[in-house]
Amino acid sequence: MMLEVRDLRISYRDQVVASVPTLDLEPGQVLGIAGESGSGKSQTALALMGLTRYANGVVSGSMVLDGRELLTLSPRQWRLVRGRDIAMILQSPRAALNPTMKLGALFSRTLRLHGMDKEERGPRMVQALAEVVLDAEILDRYPHEISGGQAQRFAIALVAALRVKVLIADEPTSALDVTVQAEVIDVLRNLRNRHGTAIIFISHDLSVIGELADAVMVMRDGAVVEQGSAESIFNQPTQEYTRMLLAAIPVIGGRSR
Amino acid sequence: MSDLLTVRGLRLGFGKTEVVHGVDLQVLEGPYGLGVIGESGSGKTTIGRAVLRLHPALDGSITYRGCDVLTMTRVELSAYRREVQLVFQDGDGALDPRMSVQSAIAEPLAIHRTVARGERRDRVAALLAEVGLGSDLLARYPHELSGGERQRVVIARALALEPKLLVLDEPTSALDVTVQERVLQLIERLREHRSLGYILISHNLAVIDRLSESCVVLYQGAVVERGRTRDLLTTPLHPYTRALRAAVPELGVGRPPSTSRLTDGPPQTSSLLQPAGQGCSYADRCPLAVKMCRSQTPVLREVAGREIACHRAEDSLSL
Ligand SMILES: Nc1ncnc2c1ncn2[C@@H]1O[C@H](COP(=O)(O)OP(=O)(O)OP(=O)(O)O)[C@@H](O)[C@H]1O
Ligand SMILES: Nc1ncnc2c1ncn2[C@@H]1O[C@H](COP(=O)(O)OP(=O)(O)OP(=O)(O)O)[C@@H](O)[C@H]1O
Ligand code: SF4
Ligand SMILES: [Mg+2]
Ligand SMILES: [Mg+2]
Repeated sequence: MMLEVRDLRISYRDQVVASVPTLDLEPGQVLGIAGESGSGKSQTALALMGLTRYANGVVSGSMVLDGRELLTLSPRQWRLVRGRDIAMILQSPRAALNPTMKLGALFSRTLRLHGMDKEERGPRMVQALAEVVLDAEILDRYPHEISGGQAQRFAIALVAALRVKVLIADEPTSALDVTVQAEVIDVLRNLRNRHGTAIIFISHDLSVIGELADAVMVMRDGAVVEQGSAESIFNQPTQEYTRMLLAAIPVIGGRSR
Repeated sequence: MSDLLTVRGLRLGFGKTEVVHGVDLQVLEGPYGLGVIGESGSGKTTIGRAVLRLHPALDGSITYRGCDVLTMTRVELSAYRREVQLVFQDGDGALDPRMSVQSAIAEPLAIHRTVARGERRDRVAALLAEVGLGSDLLARYPHELSGGERQRVVIARALALEPKLLVLDEPTSALDVTVQERVLQLIERLREHRSLGYILISHNLAVIDRLSESCVVLYQGAVVERGRTRDLLTTPLHPYTRALRAAVPELGVGRPPSTSRLTDGPPQTSSLLQPAGQGCSYADRCPLAVKMCRSQTPVLREVAGREIACHRAEDSLSL
């Protein structure tokens, strides 16, 4: 198993906001996490990124990536893991972009940190942006100078360029219309198919999860209430809440997995 | 019925670039919802901000109950901003990171002195309850909330002053179905009980279907289709509206003709600015595009009881 999470608990001031008994991920596997607002989806993701401590949260349990325990890493070690092994598209992507840097400089720096030559960077950026239906013109703008959906797509292009082992996408399509949403899902699908990237895909929309996920986890009130293969969850949900989420899907079938 | 808000020929830009090219909008006296659908980057948020005069207009007019919004004095503007509220798209930027939930929601009450100091706390808790949040959140700061909780705090804050007109920018995009349902019911209640009028920006067609009587579809800063919501969602005519509609076949308003699939082939990078007046802005993605589409810009005209900017609108009728 590439990523093995056991008894993960995240708490703030003694209050547990998310607890995940098991979460396993193989290369090229996509895990979808669905659940009510406030159920602990983002907190689980932030813990996997080693970011909880910056909000004064406490994490216990174990998270092992390729045989290495992550929970005991120092902040310095975490900085090396983030962006190289694990990367995340935050739920509010704009908040993660340095507001004082133009998007082009931000993107270029990311590629440079990953050892890409100067000559290669330009074309790579243009191509990555085209994949998420963005014009290279935005590279000349600052993060606050683009729309909500453009920020979301820029964050996806940036993270896709990193070629990490585990990519966490927190509601990456919530600001996009269905036509663009389909393109973005293709980007993630290609990452998985071509590079074996494992993806944790958080969404409150099960139809989007259904496009990509091999396994599904449903959370409620900080707990995992249902977990299994996408097939079993979609065909035989055991929880009333999961059934409700499924009933809310406007499109059933018809689109390629 | 008279207009609550009328927008005519609105042009908006950033620096030298124009991003909204002459848009008309109309919100009748409530209960009334105007839906705004559109491509990402098409100018929806900028229009919403302009209505509140948070973004300057290059040209055009905005009229609220007969008053010219663009020439309002400071005092008039303050009164206007009490009656007209904006629910920002990212719950994030909308909230001051140094303000607790309690202060964020109480702030408009304090500024406009509508509720006595002693009653504010109760009023704030009641507003939170309306959006499905408990008063345990009152002492929290924005970064201590989940995405959907933040979005709902922004809604509660906008409702604090009992606005007559709301601009809702993707109000439910971060919410799962159960919470979304709650927020939609809240809007429905306000609509009926307080005769609320609103502009609802959303890419969720089911939400638009349920909460708006008329709607406009924006593409690259211009209206490409406008009409009764029912008509637009039952028989969308513009190829872009059709592509949006085709992706959600089971909307409850009946199936549209199925010719308009999403764009095939490599994605086009046309979502940013293109000079106006050089053919149809949708031509690169349009399955119906013909030669004329690339040379002549289609203008809004009436077809089948709605307005549409497409040379081949009549053909779409028979497809
Ligand atoms: N710093 C914090 N201190 C206290 N509680 C917090 C903090 N951060 C988050 N929480 C709480 O933890 C719970 C889980 O939050 P999380 O962000 O994981 O929810 P979520 O499932 O991602 O929801 P959404 O769909 O709304 O984004 C929420 O109830 C939230 O209020
Ligand atoms: N400060 C700015 N400077 C230059 N261009 C900007 C600025 N802010 C926004 N834009 C551009 O203006 C256009 C309209 O942006 P707007 O935020 O109104 O789009 P939107 O329709 O709300 O999109 P979304 O659905 O993605 O939120 C976009 O192409 C965007 O890149
Ligand atoms: S005018 Fe032409 S390119 Fe534009 S939407 Fe109509 S058919 Fe398509
Ligand atoms: Mg979240
Ligand atoms: Mg917007």
